[in-house]
Amino acid sequence: MSILEGEGVTKYFGGLAAVSDVDFHVDQSEIVGLIGPNGAGKTTLFNTISAAIAPRPGVIRFKGKRITGLKPYQVCRMGIARTFQSVKVFNNMPVFENVRLGSFFGTATRMSSAESAKEAEELLDFVGLSAMNTTLAGDLTLVNQKRLEVARALATKPELLLIDELMAGLNNTEVAQAMKLVTSIRDKGITIFMIEHVMKAIMGVCDRIMVLHHGVKIAEGTPQQVATSQTVVEVYLGE
Amino acid sequence: MDIIRGVFKMPRLWWLISLILLVLLATLPLYGSAYTVILITAIIMYVILTVSWTMFFAPTGYLSLATAAFFGIGIYTMAILGEQLPLLPAVIAGGLVSFVVALIVGAITLRLRGVYFTIFTFGLVELIKHLLLFWEINVTGTRGRFVVLENNNTIFGVILGIFVVLMLTYYLLRRSKYGLALRSIGENEEAAAHLGVNVNLLKVFTFALSAFFMGAAGAIMATRWTYVDPYVAFNVLHSFLPVLMAIFGGMSQLYSPIIGAVIFAYIEEQLLTRFPEYFMLIFGVILVVAILYLPNGLVGLVRKWWQKGLREENVNS
Repeated sequence: MSILEGEGVTKYFGGLAAVSDVDFHVDQSEIVGLIGPNGAGKTTLFNTISAAIAPRPGVIRFKGKRITGLKPYQVCRMGIARTFQSVKVFNNMPVFENVRLGSFFGTATRMSSAESAKEAEELLDFVGLSAMNTTLAGDLTLVNQKRLEVARALATKPELLLIDELMAGLNNTEVAQAMKLVTSIRDKGITIFMIEHVMKAIMGVCDRIMVLHHGVKIAEGTPQQVATSQTVVEVYLGE
Repeated sequence: MDIIRGVFKMPRLWWLISLILLVLLATLPLYGSAYTVILITAIIMYVILTVSWTMFFAPTGYLSLATAAFFGIGIYTMAILGEQLPLLPAVIAGGLVSFVVALIVGAITLRLRGVYFTIFTFGLVELIKHLLLFWEINVTGTRGRFVVLENNNTIFGVILGIFVVLMLTYYLLRRSKYGLALRSIGENEEAAAHLGVNVNLLKVFTFALSAFFMGAAGAIMATRWTYVDPYVAFNVLHSFLPVLMAIFGGMSQLYSPIIGAVIFAYIEEQLLTRFPEYFMLIFGVILVVAILYLPNGLVGLVRKWWQKGLREENVNS
């Protein structure tokens, strides 16, 4: 069953269609990749799902319920969490409090102070940051800030996690760790929709891949199908 | 329940110090001169304006210059309702009217960020002042209003009460999860929203909460001034001084804006009475020095010295 569906999702910036009439779906417990050249509209599509911007026209449904027109905090509480392409951690707050905020406000049910503390500790352990509880988020390295963003998003107890370029700027070892992290998030039963430029990573972890180009969906399929698709090769390498 | 338990978590020493200071203050009319009572009333008024301004600015980074507007609304509420209502309800009414106006204004303007928000709030003071002036002259046919006179000791008691409620509110807000959320808004509003924080509601409500205390302070101060007109009530200095006082004292700790406001207001009073001609000049110099050399305020400076002292002690031992 599809946990997330989009119909005719479109978003214009001025006269330019950043996303144009895209239909998509993400099934329960899937890892779906979203790729495309720079400026293809990938992050814009994510923004419409997380309600940062409203598609116009277009409809997005989450678990069968229409979420277009909702506010970001409402979408978050319904169970869609996200990370950001350019990291947006709360620099002057300790790592622990970054995560705690998510469990205080982003979950569907209220959480007591003790529960949220326990939850935050477990999540920091899960992403491998438990030694840095009290460090200010701004003092972390880029890779750790990205891990923190994942932990923070998970703290909202999502059913669907949108990951925007988790691996950009990471070295090979870190990419391998990040891939492992993504699969272990899915093993927790969380569906993943991810934007990624690191081909090795996306081919390795995704069940299915969508390709955007100039805001239009030009291909979709298993990593194998996408990698051998003539259109995709043309878009990436030129004709 | 969390909130109630939180009150008792503050270190015992701080409770003791606060309590002693509070008792000393509350009994001031018994041993202090009439002048002292009036002076301290004025100082506490500034403390209230400064702390309530800081309550919104320090975590969120939204610089409001609407303090004078909410203060003035409190003043006029007292001027209009003072004769119909007993003192305390009239003071609370002053706070509530400011609260409601801040809710409405906040809902419209808190979408604005940075300097646009600041300029708008500044404009608000002028707008309300001139609207009121227009109304008074064309509709009610007056220029100013007389306010019921109150005993100085009563005024002192009420303003002290407002101060205590404000400090408890600010203390609880800071340590609650909403305090955390407000800080996250100041850090990155977009990320906060995507983590489930109802950013607009929280901002608007906190803005209104701070306006409540400004309005209540205005309402009680009106009874001391006995005659008010729109120029007195909506004096932009009441917008700027709290900002300067907070910068002067610092904003990192609960008590830093209090210290800033107390020292600042006291210096102002002393300069005004001793060097009336040079008052603004000396005042300006102090301000420039404070802003240049005290980036974290007076409290930040003392804490820095304190920590340096501790470190040296450790090295020596």
